[in-house]
Amino acid sequence: MSNKIKKLEGITKESTEAMINDVLAVYPEKARKKRAPHLGANDQGSGNACVKSNKKTVPGVMSARGCAYAGAKGVVWGPIRDMVHVSHGPVGCGWYSWGTRRNLVTGINGVTQFAMQFTSDFQEKDIVYGGDKKLRTLLEEARELFPLAKGISVLSECPVGLIGDDINSVAKTASKDMGIPIIPCNCEGFRGVSQSLGHHISNDTIRDYIIETREFAEPETPYDIALIGDYNIGGDVWSAKPLLEEIGLNVKAVWTGDGELEKIAATHKVKLNLIHCYRSMNYMCKVMEEKFGIPWHEFNFFGPTKIRESLRSIGALFDETIQANVEKVIAKYDPIMQGIVEQYKPRLDGKKVMLLVGGLRPRHTIGAYEDLGMECVGSGYEFAHTDDYDRTAPEMPDATVVYDDPSEYEFEKFADALRPDLIGSGIKEKYVFQKMGIPFRQMHSWDYSGPYHGYNGFEIFARDVDMAVNSPTWKLVKSPF
Amino acid sequence: MANALGLEVKKVTEYTAEEVENTRNWINSEEYKEKNFARQALVINPAHACQPLGAQLAAHGFEGTLPFVHGSQGCASYYRSTLNRHFREPAPAVSDAMTEDGAVFGGQNNLHEGLENAIALYKPKMVAVFTSCMPEVIGDDLTAFIKNAKQKGMAPKELPIPYANTPSFNGSHIHGYDSMLVSILQTLTEDKKLEGRCTGKLNLIPGCDFNTGNYREYKRILKEFGVPCTMLADISDTFDSPCDGSYHTYAGGTKLEDAADSINGKVTMTLGPYATPKTFGWIKDNYSGKHVSLPLPMGIEKTDAFIMKVAELFGKEVPASLKNERGRAVDAMTDSHQYMHGKKFAVYGDPDYLIGYVSFLLEMGAVPYHILCSKGTKKIEKELQGLLDASPYGAGCKIYMNKDLWHLRSLVMTEPVDAIIGDTHGKFAARDAGIPLFRFGFPIMDRVNKHRYPLVGYQGVINMVTEICNKFIDIKDETCEDRYFEMMR
Repeated sequence: MSNKIKKLEGITKESTEAMINDVLAVYPEKARKKRAPHLGANDQGSGNACVKSNKKTVPGVMSARGCAYAGAKGVVWGPIRDMVHVSHGPVGCGWYSWGTRRNLVTGINGVTQFAMQFTSDFQEKDIVYGGDKKLRTLLEEARELFPLAKGISVLSECPVGLIGDDINSVAKTASKDMGIPIIPCNCEGFRGVSQSLGHHISNDTIRDYIIETREFAEPETPYDIALIGDYNIGGDVWSAKPLLEEIGLNVKAVWTGDGELEKIAATHKVKLNLIHCYRSMNYMCKVMEEKFGIPWHEFNFFGPTKIRESLRSIGALFDETIQANVEKVIAKYDPIMQGIVEQYKPRLDGKKVMLLVGGLRPRHTIGAYEDLGMECVGSGYEFAHTDDYDRTAPEMPDATVVYDDPSEYEFEKFADALRPDLIGSGIKEKYVFQKMGIPFRQMHSWDYSGPYHGYNGFEIFARDVDMAVNSPTWKLVKSPF
Repeated sequence: MANALGLEVKKVTEYTAEEVENTRNWINSEEYKEKNFARQALVINPAHACQPLGAQLAAHGFEGTLPFVHGSQGCASYYRSTLNRHFREPAPAVSDAMTEDGAVFGGQNNLHEGLENAIALYKPKMVAVFTSCMPEVIGDDLTAFIKNAKQKGMAPKELPIPYANTPSFNGSHIHGYDSMLVSILQTLTEDKKLEGRCTGKLNLIPGCDFNTGNYREYKRILKEFGVPCTMLADISDTFDSPCDGSYHTYAGGTKLEDAADSINGKVTMTLGPYATPKTFGWIKDNYSGKHVSLPLPMGIEKTDAFIMKVAELFGKEVPASLKNERGRAVDAMTDSHQYMHGKKFAVYGDPDYLIGYVSFLLEMGAVPYHILCSKGTKKIEKELQGLLDASPYGAGCKIYMNKDLWHLRSLVMTEPVDAIIGDTHGKFAARDAGIPLFRFGFPIMDRVNKHRYPLVGYQGVINMVTEICNKFIDIKDETCEDRYFEMMR
């Protein structure tokens, strides 16, 4: 983290606050009062959040947020490849989240990996009479049809909690009878204010049902670590894990991208947890620290500057062998990264980017844009908490706008005022801004590209950002007649 | 309280290559198919979504209309992103973000606050409210809530706010489409029926159709006829809008006044009988003029029926341009029949699409060998069976009702076919079977622009023939032995 205060031309605290006030003017009074604390001008020097966060979404404003179920299925559980994940309730939730988050997996579909849509497809009668019996039956069916599945997660959708089903008891009995872990996760979509509670609930179920139930077969070494909070979007884990191995660490488990249940269950035996997405998995890092004395360390694998800083900070936690490896790895990749920067920076220098993503990338990717000469003129999260915004303040230029759970209206107005050269956000926002002629990349899914993590990822990231910003198609948007 | 299940602590294990190989072969076997078809409770890879998704589609088909999800906000995000991915277009919709307290106190406060905010921010001409699971389970009374909203001034009295109950634990997206559409029409046409008035127009109900090209094709055909039309509902400009440097929240949709006046129409025709039974039933009782239900005009025969019906109802000759178009479509079929004749297909999708695929394949001399409907009734099964019985190419074909795409996988692995017709979700089964998937359904999330190519009408026939035949020819070119690789095909 640099201590230098970054200033951007034309952006002052006053200009940002005036822009925020303009946007708030349209709201009815009650909504304005609710929204105002969620929009602010960054105070880079303070290192503190300039907005409130993790509050209820204001009804009717078109939020980008999802729900607790989405956080449980799409983030924590879904990426674990060798389990059957049952979307328990009506058909929709599982169908919408089927394959749409790009957490890639190795293995054979239906044999050793189960990136499919399993649901109890609740009907009216299940709502009236309860779905516990059906759940028991379907668990047996899943066990029979997918004998190599290492476990089953039961992810509750809204009605399950509302009708008072007891999935915990069904799971417990079935687990004993079938001899595999069956994990009940009470992640109904109405719980909490966003995906974030789904992450927390899922972390808690890992704590309660999974961790400590396995041990690694190989002898322990001082270099055993777990890679936490990497969901293998577009193959991120396949870029990050080899890099950690290249500096001499043994990545014993990945949470949860391309993840394996039993390795996750044995994670209490590692020496260090390295966490990428703090928002979604800090909970279990803290549990493992308290319970097993395993330290945890945050790192950032976006862009060469942050990768370099991160590798050195990771190395500092180990002995000289690892530290020497780190320097070797940096020396190996630095010239390659320099080549990439030289190729793309002349095309991107001074370009402005605005971000709105989930709980990590609005701060973690800023360095990668800056490596390419770009400036971040606005950033915000769907479901971050205060500790995320604290971590964001030093990364963003001073006085730039920070928005928490912005409505589409706010985001559009900010973009209109700031006219960024690129917006990085999600699928719901993408086509709004492309219609406005503003280049866009999906930063949840890497826009069907990736990986973006690690040195390999930066090359792809740089190429993608360049092709978005500099595509000749944007010059055709305005018709000559 | 780790290990709350009390399982024995073991070492991390790996399966042997043999175990994996055995299971891999087993899931392709007859024995597995039997077990798979014996499932009672578990649904795997269903080919249908839930009601509110269809409701949102219907809402997008009207001018200035804001789809409004009464329920958890995550639901709205799921519907929106599904539509975004399929059309590669914006899909603006709001939700009133119900949470735990909504479960206790009901969702009225959320609805009221949501309406007030949505109206201030997005200035809709109509708000179309539909429900996701939570208010359906707790039993929110939307009639009262909306009435109260207007009384309390949370929404202008004159603003149309139709609503539909669209529980996700009942039916599929096509049923939600139907419920929202009928509610919108009931709201807009209230007190609009005028004795003696006839708009002279055709009210065309395309059904729960996610192909914008189809809507444009209907409009083009009717223009050729010179028959004025009100589309109920028209998503073509909403989900196929120009990129010109400006964003419009409401990019298209049928004008509300035209929808209101549709009750005085000359003819009301549904082309999605399985997607709009409720709407059409209500229209039959309430709309002036004639009421006609036809299958989706996919393939020559079904398109002929549509064209002749329009001609008959409006007392017009079929224009020469359409006669020629028919001739060109048939020309495309005869020119390329050899690439499809006898080829076996597995097809799945919503009922109206399915009837269309089967009808078209039989016309080409192709064999719709496995026909799978994820959510269906005896009626659709009977209609499909009728199509099969009427053609020699239907012999031996089987219909599987209320089955999912994991069933379909077993079918294509044990009784192989040459191709699958369906939506993107079929790509895993297609890959495992080593056959192409023709993406004609919804959603298509892995190919571009497919929604812009009509599958209905004579032009649709040409598009389907072209895509299918060229793919089979590509496969031959890519896989044949060198000595059989030749210039012409």
